[in-house]
Order: sequence, then C-alpha cells, then structure tokens
Amino acid sequence: MTKEEIIRKENLVYKKPELLNDVPMHYCPGCSHGVVHKLVAEVVAEMGMAEKTIAISPVGCAVFAYKYIDVDWQEAAHGRAPALASAVKRLWPDRLVFTYQGDGDLACIGTAETIHALNRGENITIIFINNAIYGMTGGQMAPTTLIGMKTVTCPYGRDPKLHGYPLKMADIAAQLEGTCYVTRQSVQNVASILRAKKALRKAFEYSMQGKGANLVEIVSTCNTNWRMSPDKANKWMEENMVPFYPLGDLKDKGKEL
Amino acid sequence: MAEKEVTLMKGNEAIAHAAIRCGCDGYFGYPITPQSEVLETLAAEKPWETTGMVVLQAESEVASINMVYGGAATGKKVMTSSSSPGVSLMQEGISYMAGAELPALIVNVSRGGPGLGTIQPSQADYFQTVKGGGHGDYRLITLAPASVQEMADFVDLAFELAFRYRNPAMILSDGAIGQMMEKVVLPPFKPRRTEEEIVHECPWATTGRIGMRKPNIITSLELRSEEMEQNNLRIQAKYRVIEEKEVRYEEYKCEDAEYLIVAFGSAARIAKKVIAIAREQGIKVGLLRPITLWPFPSKIIAELGKKVKGILSLEINAGQMVEDIRLAVGCSVPVKWYGRLGGIIPEPEEVLEQIKNMTR
Repeated sequence: MTKEEIIRKENLVYKKPELLNDVPMHYCPGCSHGVVHKLVAEVVAEMGMAEKTIAISPVGCAVFAYKYIDVDWQEAAHGRAPALASAVKRLWPDRLVFTYQGDGDLACIGTAETIHALNRGENITIIFINNAIYGMTGGQMAPTTLIGMKTVTCPYGRDPKLHGYPLKMADIAAQLEGTCYVTRQSVQNVASILRAKKALRKAFEYSMQGKGANLVEIVSTCNTNWRMSPDKANKWMEENMVPFYPLGDLKDKGKEL
Repeated sequence: MAEKEVTLMKGNEAIAHAAIRCGCDGYFGYPITPQSEVLETLAAEKPWETTGMVVLQAESEVASINMVYGGAATGKKVMTSSSSPGVSLMQEGISYMAGAELPALIVNVSRGGPGLGTIQPSQADYFQTVKGGGHGDYRLITLAPASVQEMADFVDLAFELAFRYRNPAMILSDGAIGQMMEKVVLPPFKPRRTEEEIVHECPWATTGRIGMRKPNIITSLELRSEEMEQNNLRIQAKYRVIEEKEVRYEEYKCEDAEYLIVAFGSAARIAKKVIAIAREQGIKVGLLRPITLWPFPSKIIAELGKKVKGILSLEINAGQMVEDIRLAVGCSVPVKWYGRLGGIIPEPEEVLEQIKNMTR
C-alpha cells in the first residue's frame, strides 16, 4: 500500500480543527490549554459561528489565545474580560461572545467583574481554566490553590491561617440568579474531553438563545509549575483537585427557559 | 424637543442629551458626585427604546472603562463619565485604550482631591489628564468646556476626534459646569451608524469575521521590543499630527492686552469677569482660553507672551497648567499662578488683586 492510497478523504478520522491556527503554541507540553483551545475552535466551527464570534482573552498564560483560535479577539486588562464581554454582547446581540480566563484573572483580580457579569445575566460564556496556580508569572499562589499545596509564594504549603481558603467560583456562580448554566469539567482523558466539549457547546448555545450567563470551569493542570510530568500532573489533579472541585453540572436551567 | 429650541439644563444633563443625539451606541458608568446626572438622565430618557443606545450601570469605574474598551474595540461609539476618584480608577483602562488605539469618550466632571477630597469643583485633574494619568507614553485628546452649551457641543466633537485618530478623548469639565443650569441649544439628531456602516468604516474593529476576512485582534501587547518600539513610534507620530492640527482655543480681548490671563473651563468664566473690572480700572487684560488642553495651545501663548508684560495662569488647583505655559513662553515674560484649592472657586476681586500685583 502506498502513501497516496492511505491519504484519502474516506480514511480521514481526525484532523486539526480549521479554526485552530497552524502555529507553534507557547503553552508548555502537557498543559490543558491546548486541549481546551481545540475544543473551542471545534465548537465555534460546528455551530457555524466563525464569522460572528468575538472572543476576549485574559492576562495570564492564555493572553495569546488570539494567536491560536482564528476568530476576532480582544485582549483585556487583567481580570476585566467579563466587563468587555458584557459591553460587546449588549452592543452586538447576535454575536457569540465568550471570555477565556485563568484562575488568577477570573477568581482574584477579576472577581467583581466575573460575579457582576454573571449576575446581570449577560448572554455570554465564561471559560474558566482552573489549575490552582499562576502559570505565566512563574507559579505563585492562586485564589484556587488547594490547602497544603506548595507554590513559590506559599513554599511551605497553603496555610489558611496565613493565606485564607481556596475559592470555589463555580459554586458561587451557581447561586447567582443571572446564571443559566454552570458546569465543572476536565480534559485529562478522552471521556472527559468529550464531556467538556458538550458542555462548551451547551453554554455557547444558551448564550445565543439569550438564556443568561454561562460558566464552564475546566479543572486543569500546570505540570510545569506543579513540578510534575504531564502524566503525574493529570493523576495529581484527579486525586487532589477533583475531590475539592467536583466535576459535573452545578446548574442547568437552560431547559426550563 | 424641537431642534434649535433653547432649553435650560445642567451641564451633566446636556452631556446625556448630546450623547443620545449624536448617535452614541453605548454608555457605561457608575454613580459618583458631581456627575451622577449623566447616568440618571440617560436612564430616564430610555434611549434604548428610541435610538437603540445601550445604557448600563456598571459595578465600578474599573468595569465601566473596560466595558468602554470592549465596545470601542468593536467600532461602536461608546462613552463613560465619572468624577476625579472614579477617573483615577479608570486610568489603567485608558492606558490600554491608548495602547490599542481605540476611539472612545470619557467625561470627567472633576472635583477636589487628593483622595476622597471634596465633591466641590476643582481643576486639579489637569496633570492626570494631559500628562498621562495611566502608565506608558500616551496622550489623551482633551476638551475643556466652559459652558453648558460646550458640554453639549463637545460630545460630538470628542467622538469625531476620537474616531479620526483612533484615540480616546476626554471632556475635562468640573463640578461647577456639570451642576450649573444654563441655556443650551442641543445638537441636531444624528442616527446611530448601522452595523454595516461600522464594519465598513472601522475595518480594524472586532465585529466578527464577516465574509471570513482575516481576524481582527485588538491588543496593546507586544513582547518583541523592536516591534513594541515601532508601535510606540507610530503612536507618537500620530500625536505629532494631532498637535499640529487639532489645537483649539478662544482669544478674548487679547488685541490690546498688556496682561494675559490663561484659564480654562470654570476659571475662564471668572477670568472674563476679572477682565471687565480690570478694564473699567484702566488695566488692559486679555484671556487666552485653551479649549484643547492636549494638544496645548503653546504657539499662540508664546506669540501673546511676546506682546504682554505678564501672564497669570488662573487655575482651580495648586498650579498645574502654569508649567505648560512656562514651557511655551520660556523666560520671555513673567508667568504667575493663582488658584484656590479644596473646592473653593476664586472670587474675581482676589484675582484682580493678583493682576494689580503684576503691574507694580
């Protein structure tokens, strides 16, 4: 069998999403961002929304998300993405508007913007990458860092007496009247990736149907700053992150609306 | 309200009405004295039912300015208003907008500081407005209204300049102009641009990749130093053009003046009263009123500086614009400052005393 016989349309079972740019990513090997980017690119294309998407990138590891997913992007100041998204969606109601933020951006410096955008019921989706650490700045303590977890700014482990407690943003979001769909997902294996993709699609669809604000938290890894191999990081996440940040839908009132 | 009809209203109300009439797409603001009537008037007028203008009370000034960033990044005509402490909170967002070259309008109905300060009028935000305020090398096109009429007129002008140069513009007013009621003729109605017009007029805007055009990215980030220097040089070149073309000022009784007052906004109104009294007493005083604080009318001040015996910078602050006047005239003529602080408006008599001191 020759190469030409193998490379045929009917034999194609997997390919790079069309909306994922063919450029080297700056993300560390093993990082969850690459997988989530791929899912976002797939869902936008499958919904036929490539021409009508306005995305907002954060400050943090995903600051350059605009280099990878081939739609219109605005790069926000640290924590302010939900404020940008609120205005954009109100001014362009038929556009698909989402933010893509990490835990420091969303749950620390941008807590006010996040909670108020969700509580106003803005018809947007907030994608929340929670890996319990600041990645880009070099592994500092995040609002979601687990008790006992070591980072460069809590090198002896997070101590609630010194540092307070990890923040469960999805739990808070689920309590807000303005949210339609709040879910916590992960992307460490095929089954979880498929579930996360379904969740993103549901959130985007609800936002286009005007049903309110949607939060998709992805419990993620940061193998570099966790000082682990990608494989070990996934295992550590399952054993330590997931018990504290349980996976699944926290709220789905989209069907009732 | 018929066009050209003279009506009586506050400066803050005039801002709101002018915004609706000039085809503004969105207002995002947070209450703060002495400018809350802008948001209140918009809420009462319900422009979303007439022109389709979005009005949103944000959770903070930080959120307001970032909503403005988001809206401006889509090519929409968007604005916010606040007063001094709130505008301090907005500085990061203003710097981002200058860096990303976004057109938008920010109105500062300023009050006395520092800190929580006072709710009374002040011009102490001059430095913050024209020297940067936020981080990085940037400039803010700044218009300084001296009447309720100019509050109304400058909304459209500020948007026009902001879009012409893709740069944020500020109306720097103060609590006196914002709160006082005066006769005003509101500008005629102009329709909001359609989405098609925005896509056509703002090819840089993040409106969605209609027709699968190349994606638009709005960002101020560039980690490669050589590229970032080029970005800065491009913006600086734009500032030089603005300095060349957009200086605006009012000359008042300068032809025969032996002494010159330079004053903007509320202080310029006091200056006109001072000039009337001084001329009755035989002292020939004129006024140069900068309408654009940046770009600053340095050339005309330098020219007038050659003709007069002294210049008084009358400011409702501790002496800020006086530095720009001294830079403009060099050592060619004595330049004095006079002002009051803490929300006190200078009386014409005390200003006249300063003029008389210069004649001795």
